[in-house]
Amino acid sequence: MGTSWAICKRELRAYFTTPLAYVFIVIFLALNGVTAFYFGALFDRGQADMQPLFGFLPWLYLFLIPAIAMRLWAEERKAGTLELLMTLPVSTFNAVFGKFLAAWIFAGIALALTFPIWITVNYLGDPDNGVIIASYLGGFLMAGSYLAIGGFVSSMTRNQVIAFVIGAAVIFLFMMSGLELVQSAFRGWAPDLVVDLVRSYSFLVHYDAIVRGVIDIRDMIFFVSIIGVFLFANMVVVDLKKGA
Amino acid sequence: MDRMLQIEGLTKQFGSFTAVDNISFSVNRGEVLGFLGPNGAGKTTAMRMVTGFLTPTSGTAYVGGHDVTAEPLEVKRRIGYLPEGAPLYEDMTPSELLAFISDVRGLSGASKREAISSAASRINIEHVMHQAIGTLSKGYKRRVGIAQAILHDPEILILDEPTDGLDPNQKHEVRKLINEMAKDKVIVISTHLLDEVDTVCSRAIVIAQGKIVADGTPADLEARSELHNAVTLRLPSTQSDKAKTAIEAVAGVDRVDEASTQGGSITMTAYPKDGQVVIDEVSAALKGAEISVQEIQAERGRLDEVFRRITTAA
Repeated sequence: MGTSWAICKRELRAYFTTPLAYVFIVIFLALNGVTAFYFGALFDRGQADMQPLFGFLPWLYLFLIPAIAMRLWAEERKAGTLELLMTLPVSTFNAVFGKFLAAWIFAGIALALTFPIWITVNYLGDPDNGVIIASYLGGFLMAGSYLAIGGFVSSMTRNQVIAFVIGAAVIFLFMMSGLELVQSAFRGWAPDLVVDLVRSYSFLVHYDAIVRGVIDIRDMIFFVSIIGVFLFANMVVVDLKKGA
Repeated sequence: MDRMLQIEGLTKQFGSFTAVDNISFSVNRGEVLGFLGPNGAGKTTAMRMVTGFLTPTSGTAYVGGHDVTAEPLEVKRRIGYLPEGAPLYEDMTPSELLAFISDVRGLSGASKREAISSAASRINIEHVMHQAIGTLSKGYKRRVGIAQAILHDPEILILDEPTDGLDPNQKHEVRKLINEMAKDKVIVISTHLLDEVDTVCSRAIVIAQGKIVADGTPADLEARSELHNAVTLRLPSTQSDKAKTAIEAVAGVDRVDEASTQGGSITMTAYPKDGQVVIDEVSAALKGAEISVQEIQAERGRLDEVFRRITTAA
């Protein structure tokens, strides 16, 4: 575990020594502001909650999270440092987990920096802070599962742009599976079991449940198992493709 | 002498291409092994398997008794490795990089500070410790790469082309360092610089097309040269025919080649039969024929010639 932490620290430092971290945080907060206040009408709707922010968060994450994840492995592969890293006494799990953890902490920092909106809502009204905390938790878990997918895709290529595009596409599929658009395409011919199965893999379905303030252990397990599955796939790819 | 590094039947195939073909050898403490071969011969692939980066198709390597395919972490703990081209995290400073390597290798507190400062001073990078690695010259990058390899004072040091891209002074420094560390370690360096083999290696293995084609001390290799124990002499060109006849009459001499004429002098080389020592006989023969020789010397043999012959014949 010590080596995971050493790798996590290095990765976090790498985010903050390049402009990436600052650009990301500024854009993330600006877009959050735009979506929450302009599209979500945070003030005009006259309700003291953060629904406008959390409603748009999955869509912001759709293209912002792959931007954090794309460099995790593709950059190492391209620069040749993968050979340096993987010949240190580090197990593949510790390397994969350390990198994932750094990206997740970074995404968490960016999410936490939306706190002025929380303060504003509390200043202006009397929101249900339990729901808001649940929403933050849901947003954080969703960021984690997007990152696990993005990291897995990044480990398959040395090209960060490809990692970004494919990562965003895979995440989009997981998001869409719960929407009426996809559901109706299945409902016409597939048995209910299949329709429900497709729906059960949707990020939005599980996320909406948490954001409404219903913390169901099954929704949490969904996100944690998505993270687990993609970290495992990430390990397999790193092991198989080290020399390529 | 204990066998620190033992390689058994190591093979790597990429599709239908065999990059490393069933190589076996062992290296003892105190040896500096030069791993030679033309580009693409499989040197780097072999080193990547020994260091646990690539998984062998078959065969394995034992480092201090640990099998790299079964206990990769134990092997990686014992090895210091400079990968080809010295890849480094360019956004870090050498100081940050060495701190990171220390953390991963489980050094902390005083032993971490001690390891970093000793590696930095041995490799002479103290004055660039706080500059981003990406801004350093090629020579400094290479040195930082060597510093991270020796940081934990490993029993086995594997350096893939450690002096590539260094200027002659830096090369000298690195070779001196390798010689200093050689006593209680196993050092394996890959190179295609033959003078490096002469100056730092106690043993050389030549590989070509994935197979070992020669294994011996640099002197053994030189002895395989056609030029080994040949006699090169310089004399006035007016006497060249006379000298040639006299030398060819010596029993041990196989043939005489005239090399070059320069300002009234001619240089010729007498090749011995079966590498026997003929310098005394040759000089006696010349004295007998009353030929004045300006210069005479026995050849040790040329590594580059041996290298070319054995790597192209395979």
